[in-house]
Amino acid sequence: MTEATYATDAAGLRERAARLLADHPPADTARDDFLRARFDAGLAWVHYPVGLGGLDAPRALQAVVDSELEAAGAPDNDPRRIGIGLGMAAPTVLRYGTQEQKERFLRPLWIGEEVWCQLFSEPGAGSDLAALGTRAVRDGDDWVVEGQKVWTSSAHVARWAILIARTDPELPKHRGISYFICDMTDPGVEVRPLRQITGEAEFNEVFLTGVRIPDAHRLGEIGEGWKVAQTTLMNERVSIGGSRIPREGGMIGPVARTWRERPDLRTHELRQRLLTLWVEAEVARLTGERLRQQLVAGHPGPEGSGMKLSFARLNQEISGLEVELLGDEGLLYSDWTLRRPDQVDFTGRDAGYRYLRAKGNSIEGGTSEVLLNIVAERVLGLPSEPRNDKDVAWKDLSR
Amino acid sequence: MEGPLPMNLLYTDTEDDLRAAVRSLLTDRYDLPAALRRAESGDPYDADLWSSLAGGIGAAGLLVPEKLGGQGAGHREAAVVLEELGRAVTAAPYLTSSVVATETLLGCDTDSTDVAGLLTALAGGHRVAVLALPLTTPPDGPLPAAADTVTGVADAVRADVLLVPREDGLYAAETEGPGASVEPLTPLDLTRPLAAVTLDPAAGIRIADAATGRAAVRRGLLAGAGLLASEQLGVAEWCLEETVKYTKERHQFNRPVGSFQALKHRMAQLWLEVVSARAAARNAADALATGSPETALAVAVAQAYCGRVAVHAAEECVQLHGGIGMTWEHPAHLYLKRAKADSVALGSAGRHKETIAELVDLPE
Repeated sequence: MTEATYATDAAGLRERAARLLADHPPADTARDDFLRARFDAGLAWVHYPVGLGGLDAPRALQAVVDSELEAAGAPDNDPRRIGIGLGMAAPTVLRYGTQEQKERFLRPLWIGEEVWCQLFSEPGAGSDLAALGTRAVRDGDDWVVEGQKVWTSSAHVARWAILIARTDPELPKHRGISYFICDMTDPGVEVRPLRQITGEAEFNEVFLTGVRIPDAHRLGEIGEGWKVAQTTLMNERVSIGGSRIPREGGMIGPVARTWRERPDLRTHELRQRLLTLWVEAEVARLTGERLRQQLVAGHPGPEGSGMKLSFARLNQEISGLEVELLGDEGLLYSDWTLRRPDQVDFTGRDAGYRYLRAKGNSIEGGTSEVLLNIVAERVLGLPSEPRNDKDVAWKDLSR
Repeated sequence: MEGPLPMNLLYTDTEDDLRAAVRSLLTDRYDLPAALRRAESGDPYDADLWSSLAGGIGAAGLLVPEKLGGQGAGHREAAVVLEELGRAVTAAPYLTSSVVATETLLGCDTDSTDVAGLLTALAGGHRVAVLALPLTTPPDGPLPAAADTVTGVADAVRADVLLVPREDGLYAAETEGPGASVEPLTPLDLTRPLAAVTLDPAAGIRIADAATGRAAVRRGLLAGAGLLASEQLGVAEWCLEETVKYTKERHQFNRPVGSFQALKHRMAQLWLEVVSARAAARNAADALATGSPETALAVAVAQAYCGRVAVHAAEECVQLHGGIGMTWEHPAHLYLKRAKADSVALGSAGRHKETIAELVDLPE
């Protein structure tokens, strides 16, 4: 039987998975070798094109492949560690990259050999991202970048970054931006840990000084960077809220367990709040599950834009309740040592950590206020507020 | 704790078709000002509309097996009908007769002539039956002790038959028969009339013994509470859509008021609640339809959540419509009244949270 005779329906994908497992038995194959073989078999992300880790198959069928491989004990590509690459860089490279860029970047990205980070936010451009001031000036076949980025998770372990920079300050702010792939090993790139209220440095500041990026590492047309960034950002928001969670799988889990195990901590008032939050967490879980079912059925709903809002609010309220419930113990904190974790962790460690870390949930990946505007304008079709920055050259904006 | 999955939280094509049929009927034939006039005169029901909805579309018999003259469909479909009835704040005895009373009868011996005959009549929309309990009765907890007079019985003014739980079993009594009287009360929700029902203890025929009767009533109330969430979803949806539409058109300070961020955030927040209520309501309907072991939890979660969303949506609808929202002419008040009454119907959110606490082990 030749490759071409396998269908790309569920049965065909099962056959492909079986052959991959037969040719590369997970028990006898090095982890990265297995992942390379899986990518080359088109079973990495089946909806991607042939030759780029996929088979042009319906996206929903990825679940078929994942469950076959998981059942056989095959290694996964640790999507939490490489989340920014998978969730943000990959869809953007796929949509806007040249064939050369896709072939160069997607395979090591998916396997996890190369970690990605995202150089978007700046000290002066957070929610108003398009106000960014990092400059990229053309010099022959290169662009020379000067500026500073902030809130960059994984920058200290990343090989590549997606970067937006201003290429024409004479144009209004949304039109003078271009989108690049930045080499984090360039000597002009300096990554400094940014310590947060938890005591950890989960994020970084990134200083870009005379960084030379070849024009071949530009994604999309010059001046079209804002449009390209929209692809990245939409994927970020979906990926934050779109995954399936079990009942009591989020922040509510530890609180409910403490409640069951510690009758000495219970009060009437805390119970009323706990029950309300338990219901809201369960409904948020069901809403996420409904969104997942819509995605699988090929009809993604706008609910994704809202899920992050729900989880941010719930995480904050539940972790706040947890500190109160724990009383004396809630006043203790595990460890203030400066650490630089490889991945984002909302739920790890103790109640105090969860409470402090959850404060970021309504800021990172778009503040709740900005997301509410997006829901209001894009989902409900409400008019935008009058703006005075759209037709003004970036260089003339007040800062 | 992982809930059993998968449940289906989406709508099927058949359900979408049913929704379209009900919506089209209500758009053509249900007129809110006329309904309001009827309600003020004491009889809110449009008999022709009910006949088209119940018999013409076959909505009344969705829960009833085909051999008893029903559609042999299920709770998921009935939930879609209730969403539409909620959206239009329709005055119709659907929840009480086609869901609660029908489901109660399905919990009795459906081979008996009395039960089968009544179910067939309800399924065709020829007769209307209601459970002679206060509308606020939750699905679990003790049933009210039998009394000569039961107050707050929803839709009794339109009912032909009362299902009466007594100590020794469940009885069916004709409202027109001897020993029965139905005294209309003035309801908060004009579109779902309430009455005080007085019954001679000898009235009616026994259709189930004590144990079967109790279980049947609980089954009826559980289905009612679970599907009420879909009605609440419909109410909330309409309130949000109308509010968005209105604030896009209404200008103040030389701008559409819907462009003000303070208002946009409130409507976006409401949208999020409506989206969440949909998942909770669909989950309850699906659990009822599939007889999931988690049905009681799914229903309690939906009831603990959706009622609050409907009330919030209706309150925001009145507020964001400004002065017009406070008038008798604008329909917002009918939605507010329905939403508030629904939030205590079949058990308040607080009552359902106590049920949840017991089911998932979050003790006092």
